[in-house]
Amino acid sequence: MSSDQLQRLKPGQSPHEPEKATLEGKNKFLGFWFFLGGETVLFASLFGTYLALNGPESNTSGPGPAELFGLELVFIMTVILLTSSLTSVYAIYHMKNLDFGKMQLWLGITVALGLTFLGLEIYEFYEYVMHEDHTFTSDAFGSAFYALVGFHGGHVLFGLLWIVTLMVRNSKRGLNLYNAPKFYIASLYWHFIDVVWVFIFTVVYLMGKLGG
Amino acid sequence: MAKNTNSTSYEFYKQKNKEEMKYQLITFALMIIFTLVSFGMVIAEYNPMFTIPVIILLACVQVGFQLYYFMHMSHKGHGLPALFLYSGVFVALLTVLAMVTIVWW
Repeated sequence: MSSDQLQRLKPGQSPHEPEKATLEGKNKFLGFWFFLGGETVLFASLFGTYLALNGPESNTSGPGPAELFGLELVFIMTVILLTSSLTSVYAIYHMKNLDFGKMQLWLGITVALGLTFLGLEIYEFYEYVMHEDHTFTSDAFGSAFYALVGFHGGHVLFGLLWIVTLMVRNSKRGLNLYNAPKFYIASLYWHFIDVVWVFIFTVVYLMGKLGG
Repeated sequence: MAKNTNSTSYEFYKQKNKEEMKYQLITFALMIIFTLVSFGMVIAEYNPMFTIPVIILLACVQVGFQLYYFMHMSHKGHGLPALFLYSGVFVALLTVLAMVTIVWW
């Protein structure tokens, strides 16, 4: 890293794509997409496990998917996560205009929405465990459900810690060519979390409600 | 590079970013609509043999929007990211297919 990279970028300056202006930024970008390809496979194995183990044969104790899931909560969680995806788009929009303050503001809104989502998920799991007798060890359906949805929740938590760390670490630095790729990649990760959730609410909750 | 202060090109790209933001907002509206349709179809209790393929298709379209607009895959210079991602999707489909057929065939 050269001192040139650490120079603060301000509105009105070039370059217009600070995240890809350095070789380091380009490498981070490629490496991260490679990682996302791997993440796709990882979540596919959890989805495959869930689809194989959500039938009545492996649902030996506790309620099945159709009785267990409530669509109101899932719908609210979906809208919150989808909105947080849009707010991180706004953050990157302001990053491309080199407006650090507005980028931090929209990242902050993204984090707040992500925390709300996480809180609702914890509430959902708490209800299942305490009142519905649906736990990780109750049957194969329970294990597959918590492994898949819980792993996604873990990704949400990791993404939140990542974004908050970046925001705090760079709060006084402002935007420069060294940290712009970092913000860009964190927002890609956040979008990917939403991509996975789209399949979770479709395959787990909606198809579970249909009994299929 | 940071010394190169060119306000005309800054204004030009600012305008360009603004136009892109418009597409992002349309994308967001469409994603919300798809989500509403998916939930609506399940609540309306249509025949599952019809509903399941439709909601899976809607999910795939929604993810496409997310990848190509929110994650900028429609921009230039995303050849390798597309290769990485679609390789991942290919292995992912094989994985799901293998696990499901082992149990349900």
